[in-house]
Amino acid sequence: MTPLATPLAPAAGHVAAAVEKVEPNVEAFIMMVVLTLLAAITIAIVKQRNMFGVVILSGIYSFLMASLMMVLDAVDVAMTEASVGAGISTVLLLATLHLTGSMEYPQHRSIAIPLFVSLAVGAILVWGTIGLPEFGIADAPMHQHVAPTYIEYSKNHQMPPNMVTAVLADFRSFDTFGEVTVVFTAGIGVLLLLQGGWRATSNNRRDDDDDEDVEDAVHGNKEGSSKTAGGRNA
Amino acid sequence: MRLDLILRVGAKLVLPFILLFALYVQFHGDYGPGGGFQAGVIAAGMVILYAIIFGIRAAKQIAPPSIVEFMVPLGVLIYCGTGIVSLLLGYNYLDFTGFHPDFLRAHEWGILIVELGVLVTVSSTMIAMFYAFAQRGRR
Amino acid sequence: MQALETLATHYNYFITIVLMISGLFIVIARGNLIKKLVGLSLFQTSVYLLYLTPAKILGGTAPIYNPAYKVYSNPLPHVLMLTAIVVGVATIALGLALVVRIKEAYGTIEEDEIFSKDPDSE
Repeated sequence: MTPLATPLAPAAGHVAAAVEKVEPNVEAFIMMVVLTLLAAITIAIVKQRNMFGVVILSGIYSFLMASLMMVLDAVDVAMTEASVGAGISTVLLLATLHLTGSMEYPQHRSIAIPLFVSLAVGAILVWGTIGLPEFGIADAPMHQHVAPTYIEYSKNHQMPPNMVTAVLADFRSFDTFGEVTVVFTAGIGVLLLLQGGWRATSNNRRDDDDDEDVEDAVHGNKEGSSKTAGGRNA
Repeated sequence: MRLDLILRVGAKLVLPFILLFALYVQFHGDYGPGGGFQAGVIAAGMVILYAIIFGIRAAKQIAPPSIVEFMVPLGVLIYCGTGIVSLLLGYNYLDFTGFHPDFLRAHEWGILIVELGVLVTVSSTMIAMFYAFAQRGRR
Repeated sequence: MQALETLATHYNYFITIVLMISGLFIVIARGNLIKKLVGLSLFQTSVYLLYLTPAKILGGTAPIYNPAYKVYSNPLPHVLMLTAIVVGVATIALGLALVVRIKEAYGTIEEDEIFSKDPDSE
């Protein structure tokens, strides 16, 4: 194990030479500010009753989270969070709000038990967290195991410079395969729930006329005929 | 929305660059931040922006639902097929070493093809989900 | 003094816990199904933070190799969270589709009203 740890061992001297623009303390300070903003947005989400407000706040939350990930040096994740969290899920949430209405009704039940459960879980988590290694130090246990190997591979031109892409698509390609399958399955599930399975109660989908033949070609004749029947009822 | 000239012209100006950026993110994923997921979502975002500004009927002309729904399983098949090709070349499943004599080049090719499969599935799934939600709203 | 120092060095973890229990609280306490899903995504996002926080090395840089830099963040949690984000949006979309169907079947997305309309629940 010890030879693997060598790339990290001479850290301090090299960091001072290479990164003189960004002081570690400045990084930590920016991070704390963004984290505090995140906590504020979260409390606003909890208290907000208007669902449109909740969706917009969750978009802001995702962008803040993406900037935080940038500060945490997770550039690929930040890019994904900005495009997926703030883009696609906000659009899908707004599309759902359009279908369901945007006001949350006042609550009748007591919030004592949920509050107690959440705070108890939070207390246990805080108690468990104190034992973790402090933030940002280079000799934490998780930096000693596989990460030096990846850095070494990248240095020796055995894998592309972007370690995240290389690990994602090459070292852990089975993992990614499973994930693509999950996305595929979820897509099929959404299409089945919203486009197929035509029931008598759902009378609210009628396509434009010029879309009908394309759609029928995709979904087969049987479903297309039942769809036109549904459209006639509407 | 039909009469909002600034939005329509502005969107038309921005759209090709969004698609170009998606392709950059896809093909530059080995050297900078990015990869199949991000590129797929950005490309889907372009179609969704087009649909929001110009209407879903116009969006269906540039991304027909038949092609989109064909692409959803196609990406998974590209991914799966890459693994089978590497099996046929005499290596383990999804081991890209046989794709090129040079080790690094072989793995870059493998990563590129696999990420292409991810791009196809992710972008088409996001577009198909958006179409499904948006069409549900037509009353 | 000791407590203040712990707060400073573990601030990320504490905020992560705040986000997590807020998501948990929304999922348990709020009746609106869309709000429940937003709470679920808050919970998921806090897990991303929980994984990415220990990956960071102060003074390091993003895990893209460049001869000018010697210290990099740990790329492995980034890979795991990249996967989790895309799976997260897929599950949220599936949940929203279910919410739409529930709205069409029951006419409401408030949990209490759904229970009162559903003959199978008590």
